[in-house]
Amino acid sequence: MNALSGELWPYVVLALVGFLPNEIWRALGFFAARGLDEGSEMLVWVRAVATAVLAAVIAKLTIFAPGALAGVPLALRLAAVGCGVLAFHAVRRSVLAGVAIGEIVLIGGAYLLSP
Amino acid sequence: MQFESSGAAFLGGVRAAWLSVFAYVLFGTYIGIGALAHDFNFSLAWVALSTILVWAGPAQVILISALGAGSPLIEVAIAVGLSGVRLLPMVLSLLPRLKGPQTRARDLVLPAHFTAISMWVESMRLIPTIPVERRVAFCNGIASGYMMSALLATVLGYYLAAKLPNLLTAGLLFLTPMSFLVSITRNSVLLVDRLALALGLVIGPALTYAAVGLDILWAGIAGGTLAYVGHRIREVLR
Repeated sequence: MNALSGELWPYVVLALVGFLPNEIWRALGFFAARGLDEGSEMLVWVRAVATAVLAAVIAKLTIFAPGALAGVPLALRLAAVGCGVLAFHAVRRSVLAGVAIGEIVLIGGAYLLSP
Repeated sequence: MQFESSGAAFLGGVRAAWLSVFAYVLFGTYIGIGALAHDFNFSLAWVALSTILVWAGPAQVILISALGAGSPLIEVAIAVGLSGVRLLPMVLSLLPRLKGPQTRARDLVLPAHFTAISMWVESMRLIPTIPVERRVAFCNGIASGYMMSALLATVLGYYLAAKLPNLLTAGLLFLTPMSFLVSITRNSVLLVDRLALALGLVIGPALTYAAVGLDILWAGIAGGTLAYVGHRIREVLR
């Protein structure tokens, strides 16, 4: 018990509340994938669910922002996302252009707005 | 892309990782995570190990900030578990595309652990160009390339922590939604994927706003299913 309350304890916590609750989903996906083939129609639906989940995560991170990002006004966060997507389409579907312009609008806008 | 051996395919994956914008986005994101861990007094070894074992940015942000704030362990576990739901459909849609006639079940354990948004997006985009028997090695290479970038940044962020201005931290946190949105837009060529993207963007925050539990999971199932129904209706009308 001494080892658990000492130096090892943070690693036990990492395994129990960080690794396991996250890895369980990968494990479930691993076992569920066993019966599926690449051409299966079910995969079209699963991929659509995965895409919608990611979209929901993205919208949540932008609108209900964590930490320091919450200090940037919501309107500016949305404007930065919009400019990023426009830049992506304008510059030959370049992900780099989208990210760069989005970041410039966000950081530049927040800098101008700060007193 | 053709590869002589699995080793060559692995290195090809590492190369693809470093040529993609995600290696740099992850670098920025994990500088933020390293700095966060430093601010909450975790050790460098602990946060580096969390990058290898958890390997999911949002989950690590939740884990570090909730543990650091002294939340009960069961609450932290539940919050991390909810954020990890997205990994299930990602693993489930990726692994069948890596399977060839020679692939053993245990060959897929590492790709399953390596699955994260960045690796999933790049793997789904690139594997159609890779021969089936090289896909596992190639995807492990992509993820290893990303993990190297993330680990390096975790260490760097840990040491830079006190020197990062607030505005830069906000910019680092913004990297994740911005890069994922444009890269998923790039990957969404088929109608079903575009519908799923648009529906998830709308339904997700609506459910969060309405304080519905498991909001992300329901947004995924509802948005994905509606998109699939739209796709089937178009197939029938053709």
